[in-house]
Amino acid sequence: MTTILDPTSEQAPATRQRATRPESLAGLTIGLLDISKPRGNVFLDRVSERLAELGATVNRYTKPAFSKPAPVDLRHEIATECDAVIEALAD
Amino acid sequence: MSTDRSAPPLPDGLVAVVKRDCPTCELVAPVLGDLHERAGLTVITQDDPEFPTAAGWVLHDEDLALSWHHDIDTVPTLLRVVDGVEDRRTVGWSRAEWEQLTAVDGLGEGLPDWRPGCGSLSVDPAHADDLAVRFSGSGLHSRRVELAALEDEWEAMWDRGWSDGLPVVPPTEARVLRMLEGTSRDPSDPVAVVPPALVECSVEKLAVNAVMAGCAPEHLPVVIAALEAACTDEFNMHGVLATTMSVGPVLVVNGPVAGRIGMNSGINALGQGNRANSTIGRAVQLAVRNVGGGHPGGVDRATFGSPAKVGFCFAEDEAGSPWTSLAESRGWGAGQSTVTVFAGESPRIFADERSRTPESLTRHLAQALQATVSPRMMLGMDAMLVLSPDHMARYADAGWSRDRFMDELSAELLCDADELLAGVRGVAAGLPPAAAGQKVPKFRPGGLLVAHAGGPAGLFSAIVGGWANGARGSNPVTVEITP
Repeated sequence: MTTILDPTSEQAPATRQRATRPESLAGLTIGLLDISKPRGNVFLDRVSERLAELGATVNRYTKPAFSKPAPVDLRHEIATECDAVIEALAD
Repeated sequence: MSTDRSAPPLPDGLVAVVKRDCPTCELVAPVLGDLHERAGLTVITQDDPEFPTAAGWVLHDEDLALSWHHDIDTVPTLLRVVDGVEDRRTVGWSRAEWEQLTAVDGLGEGLPDWRPGCGSLSVDPAHADDLAVRFSGSGLHSRRVELAALEDEWEAMWDRGWSDGLPVVPPTEARVLRMLEGTSRDPSDPVAVVPPALVECSVEKLAVNAVMAGCAPEHLPVVIAALEAACTDEFNMHGVLATTMSVGPVLVVNGPVAGRIGMNSGINALGQGNRANSTIGRAVQLAVRNVGGGHPGGVDRATFGSPAKVGFCFAEDEAGSPWTSLAESRGWGAGQSTVTVFAGESPRIFADERSRTPESLTRHLAQALQATVSPRMMLGMDAMLVLSPDHMARYADAGWSRDRFMDELSAELLCDADELLAGVRGVAAGLPPAAAGQKVPKFRPGGLLVAHAGGPAGLFSAIVGGWANGARGSNPVTVEITP
């Protein structure tokens, strides 16, 4: 038997629990995160309209640069202010 | 496996560490008895418990714990211990030194004045790894993974997702401890916060990945510096990994460390065949994969990828260059060992076998560099040019300095925007109408890195295209390599 050392971050639990899915979006606050790729705002504007029709409150957020992770403060802001979040990834 | 970390105490007074399988120890056996009689010497024997005699003052270091913990590398070693703390030591047999250390005269009558000792059993290659694991292994914090007897090591590591697709060396405790000998850094020291998961990577965790990549211990300081550089906000490893463009961290090593660890800056420098070149870049990429969690198809979204994403590392040929080095051009001293990390593609070859003047070669190089990423993309991407010795000779013969070359090349790379406007010659891509009538440089200031490497024959140079530069992408980063 060989004993080796784990090369990973050892942070991954065996299975990851998803957050509970909301049954309805009515009355919830939904965050829309624009990652700053061109025309992502066009897509999110339309998503925002559709969400409003479903009775959700929409908060808009923007990442400073699409190529870098969202700053910790922004992630915290979204997590504390929203029930769910949608990211616009596409150009 | 026992993991006794506490150093067994040395007896007070005079102590000699010996083994029977050592002619010098045999030679001084009468002296040991004499010193016990006259000065209360304690003998610690490594092999035969009855050497030099069976007696209460002869202790057996059967598990070599005492020898290992007290750094005995030669037998005989004579120590003077005061209140449990070593005060002095001498190795081998020297009548003068033994008499001085013990303050006992007339030792070893009839013996030669001096004999060198033998290697201590605790540093014998047959035992050293096991002892290091037994006595210091518990200092390693990584989770232990036990592979079953019927598991093939390579298959087991592949199945766990720890490999880039090539075989990896199983990171056993002994190998990781040996790797850590390559640096003076503490294993628990943090090296970098590794994207995309933004996990802190310790020296130990990086050493585990360096073992897997196939590095030798002397490569570890370069790996440490390279990961540190790659994980800066400036370099933006997250973006380099995640982008659909096919770039990876390209590492260029400068300074005395390159020669010391046997890096290749000559024939096939950008290719295979040299252990340091092949494994240092791979170790960095394995750390991004395993510690940072960056997998192709996960956060790594490269459309094509490239061999540069396996690991791309070479040394600059400084000795053969009439110019200041890449590191010097970036503000570092000639004697400093550094690694520069650049977000680049695989190299493409530029051939010019006809130019006999630096002017001609420079003009031709500019044409090739103009096509980097896209001939119509200006300023947004950096590039690295690796001049071969044959091409460098054009500049050396004409007495051009690096600065002269950069000035002339920059002038050649200043293009008429009208030629590159969107829609011109039926190509939709290009510069916006507002650029009409202007001269536009291909590269931003500092956006073209130039190094010298390659074999002595071949009128070629290599161009390594870059990625989005500046705050929206990556800037090259150079850091010092420290022991």
